[in-house]
Amino acid sequence: MKTELIVLTAPDLMLASLLVLALIGLGVRLGLGISRTLTVAAIRTTVQLLLVGLILETVFSQAKLSWIMLIVLVMMTVAAWEILARQKRKIKGWWGFGVSAFSLFISSFLITLLALFIVIEADPWYTPQYAIPLLGMLLGNTMNGIALGMDRLVQTAWQQRAVIEQRLMLGQKDSEAIGEIKRDSMRAGMIPIINAMAAAGVVSLPGMMTGQILAGSPPVEAVKYQILIMFLVTSGTGFAVITVLQLITRRMFDSRERLRFDRLLKEPG
Amino acid sequence: MLRFEDLKIPNIEPINLTIEPGECVGLSGESGSGKTRLLRAIADMDEHGGQVYAEDIAQDQVKAHEWRRRVMLLPAESQWWFDTVDQHFSTQAKYIETLGFGQDVMCWNVSRCSSGEKQRLSILRMLSHCPRVLLLDEPTANLDSSNIARVEDLIGNYLSNHNAVAIWVSHDASQLGRVSHQQYHLSDGQLKQVSEA
Repeated sequence: MKTELIVLTAPDLMLASLLVLALIGLGVRLGLGISRTLTVAAIRTTVQLLLVGLILETVFSQAKLSWIMLIVLVMMTVAAWEILARQKRKIKGWWGFGVSAFSLFISSFLITLLALFIVIEADPWYTPQYAIPLLGMLLGNTMNGIALGMDRLVQTAWQQRAVIEQRLMLGQKDSEAIGEIKRDSMRAGMIPIINAMAAAGVVSLPGMMTGQILAGSPPVEAVKYQILIMFLVTSGTGFAVITVLQLITRRMFDSRERLRFDRLLKEPG
Repeated sequence: MLRFEDLKIPNIEPINLTIEPGECVGLSGESGSGKTRLLRAIADMDEHGGQVYAEDIAQDQVKAHEWRRRVMLLPAESQWWFDTVDQHFSTQAKYIETLGFGQDVMCWNVSRCSSGEKQRLSILRMLSHCPRVLLLDEPTANLDSSNIARVEDLIGNYLSNHNAVAIWVSHDASQLGRVSHQQYHLSDGQLKQVSEA
């Protein structure tokens, strides 16, 4: 049984937007202070997605490697920037950008390549219908994990700097003094994806799988893709969070095992 | 035993000083004069110039955590990160009764300890590592007079029994008179020996 793709019309979207408008109206009435942010976000999502739709249509019809690489570059830069923007304690400029870009490169770019070459084996390997959504999904998820793990590490270490220094004064190694905080941060970075795996299919139907089913794929085919994505995202997030935690703790302590937030943060104290 | 060669800390003139085994040096000075920064430099907790030797081993000759095990800094405010007291001790605590505790103190919950109890416990924790050099930053600031006497006795005995060395920071001139063999005063960026009264 293959169902036809039901095309959404502009009135369909208008109807959905009325719901958001109603929510904004209610927010204003009750003075909840959420309406402005909500309006901006709703407009952003509409404009951004429409634009990306247009771009993807062009790219899909051309399938030129140079175009695809350009899009990949833009996606990764924005993701790296978003990670830094999520940090409560701002990490020093280029170094912070370098760390998040490098971890995204390992977690998303390399793993997407691996999947394209070894698992999917599309022809050519950079077939944009596979490459771009795959990378996008990996970036979106690993970005979350990296941002959460990084924020937890820097934030907790900052709050507990007196404890860390006390442990150093008692002759503990720097790795020992930050050990618990590092384990906590690893967990914080991995919780979203672990939750997603645990709840998949029972509590929630993952977005990609739902999309494929709506587009008429047989459910079992959609499920196979979803499992592939889950494993890719999990390993990508895990490797990325580990990379980030290692790089940041190395930066946080100098060669004499001193706590050095002045090397890490824009405004240390 | 403990020797400074041109020890440089921002806004303080280079320090040259030798402390003999078993000796305690008293250090006074107004708040902000740099007493704590000096102790932190000796423990290698902050960047600094010059060289520090403990038993003829230079600071940068050993790993930083090994140095701090020998040259241990007792901060003015102690920090505790586990729930119970004993979790902070890696070896059997000694001198528990000497500082006026019962053996059950090891099972105490840290969050229920008063600041004075924490201060005495932090001294026990430091001594359990058997450091060669004690850097004491106002070690009795939160204690009553009977406990002050206990701490002074304990540290004094530790130094003579182990041939260890201490630098004792205090605002109390009479205390420094009791515990130290020589006294120094830090002001306007200069470390000056206090002449015998």
